[in-house]
Amino acid sequence: MRKHADLIFQLVSLSALVIALAALAALVFDIVSDGAGRLSFQFLTNIASRKPEEAGVYHALMGSIWVIALTGALALPIGVAAAIFLEEYGSRSRMARFIELNISNLAAVPSIIYGLLGLGLFVRLMGMGQSVLAGAATLALLALPVVILSTREALRTVPNSIREGSYALGATKWQTIWNQVLPMALPGVLTGLILALSRAVGETAPLITIGALTYIPFAPDGIWSKFTVLPIQVFNWVSRPQPEFKANAAAGILVLMVLLLSMNAIAIVVRDRQQRRGRI
Amino acid sequence: MLLSPVRHVAPLVVLVFTLAACGGSSSSGTSSGGTALVTLDGSSTVFPISEAVAEEFQKSNQNINVTVGISGTGGGFQKFCRGEIDISDASRPISASEVAACTKSGIEFIEMPVAYDGIAIAVNPKAAWADKITVAELKTLWAPDAQAKVKKWNQIRATWPDREIHLFGAGVDSGTYDYFTEAINGKAKASRGDFTSSEDDNVLVQGISSDELALGFLPFAYYEENAERLKLVPVDDEKADNGAGPMLPSPDSIKTGTYQPLSRPVFIYISKKAAERPEVQKFVEFYMKNAETLVREVNYVGLGPEIYGMVTDRFAKRHTGSVFSGQNTVGVTIDQLLNKERAQ
Repeated sequence: MRKHADLIFQLVSLSALVIALAALAALVFDIVSDGAGRLSFQFLTNIASRKPEEAGVYHALMGSIWVIALTGALALPIGVAAAIFLEEYGSRSRMARFIELNISNLAAVPSIIYGLLGLGLFVRLMGMGQSVLAGAATLALLALPVVILSTREALRTVPNSIREGSYALGATKWQTIWNQVLPMALPGVLTGLILALSRAVGETAPLITIGALTYIPFAPDGIWSKFTVLPIQVFNWVSRPQPEFKANAAAGILVLMVLLLSMNAIAIVVRDRQQRRGRI
Repeated sequence: MLLSPVRHVAPLVVLVFTLAACGGSSSSGTSSGGTALVTLDGSSTVFPISEAVAEEFQKSNQNINVTVGISGTGGGFQKFCRGEIDISDASRPISASEVAACTKSGIEFIEMPVAYDGIAIAVNPKAAWADKITVAELKTLWAPDAQAKVKKWNQIRATWPDREIHLFGAGVDSGTYDYFTEAINGKAKASRGDFTSSEDDNVLVQGISSDELALGFLPFAYYEENAERLKLVPVDDEKADNGAGPMLPSPDSIKTGTYQPLSRPVFIYISKKAAERPEVQKFVEFYMKNAETLVREVNYVGLGPEIYGMVTDRFAKRHTGSVFSGQNTVGVTIDQLLNKERAQ
């Protein structure tokens, strides 16, 4: 009897895995069959157009890259610094626990809320307009909770003996954190950052809220430039009535997927390198 | 030797936010690379025209960037009167309260009609029973007190099926909604609220074309793009003087004013201050010069060379204010528009 239960459980788990993978495979197959024919070098280098056969993603792809790079540049230092404070300096205080609870809650807040905050704070109050910087700052807010939480986890995995060894040799707390703890935690930190950025690169709602749903036929040329991003371009194409734009949308999704996968690949390579160095 | 942790974190935060704040006042007129920028926002009805003009314009003016947003006519005027954009796309004339908002923030504007548009009443191609509809029937259906009461086709006309009716319409921030309610219910923004609405007319096309029991109103140009997925319902205003019987919207019936009361002019509004910038001037001149061809290409009805000429002239003279100044445009034909222009 016990053996049977074991077998049944195994089968249930297996079928759950098969269902999840089959759904993913069906999705990818559907997108590839719709969009692969539309992919070409020209699709990557052309800009938005009202004629489906002339339309491309260059402006949106460059917009996505600009926004994501800037989001990472904003979220990494702030997120890591906040996590270091919580984990290394204030972990025992009641305040720190209260803050941590709130950060966990923030990670679950719907992204549109961040969009509204971004619209009020960055676009209007700070006068950034519908710029790359405003978009990146909004997405950085969205990414921060994940970065902070994963950095804390990474810091926790660093054995205390390392810290104590460092203190024993006369290092200050700052030296210990900067030279010992952070390098060891870096792979975890980077993984968290990439996960957060991967979520951010697919976000549409907060960027639509700050006004990026616009016909913008040029790539950004700086942080003050107006921009649009891949998911918004896809959204725009899907909502157009002509069926040719559906193929464009599918091809746009493929470009977004490749961008996402290459971001993840970079993360894995960086992490492996760091891990090897960390081991000494 | 414990350093205060705040001293590590604070400089970073401060650095990032000052970095973010210091360039914040950079003018919206130019982007950082030195290329000039012209910004449009507003009606999704006017969007296809402005998009087409922007696309063609950029082919010959590589150093000027043009952006076109879709916020609805009302949303566009809000941004326009805050000075956030140069040109506002509008599918109805600016309202009295919007004029007041613009005046308050010191924004003068030049009003330029760019095309004629009809509002189409569309149903699903499978709805064979919907052969025509009168303005009175439309009012029965869309009046504010029809909410939660008129829910079936046979409540509008007894011979229609005893089945639910699903309503689709332009969003309440759109000029199309304002115009439709004005023309049918007699008061702008007065209608039942229980219908599927969207500022994006493509969403309406998707909705109606996939629902057998749907009826909706949308700009005629969007019907023409989707003629095979939607069915037009001829509208009868029960007045003999502008063509008797039910009329289908067509470029011809819109132009001659027989498709009444659901045809109207659409506009762009240019901020007078923005019009001083050479790139905006260039763009507006290009808009007027190519409007007739491009308007036709995106399935709207052009105003004809005479009106475009007059409007270009008005822009050249920087003639501010609205011909319609807060009135509605229900039933205004091209001839009347011409006379209004002449009177300026």
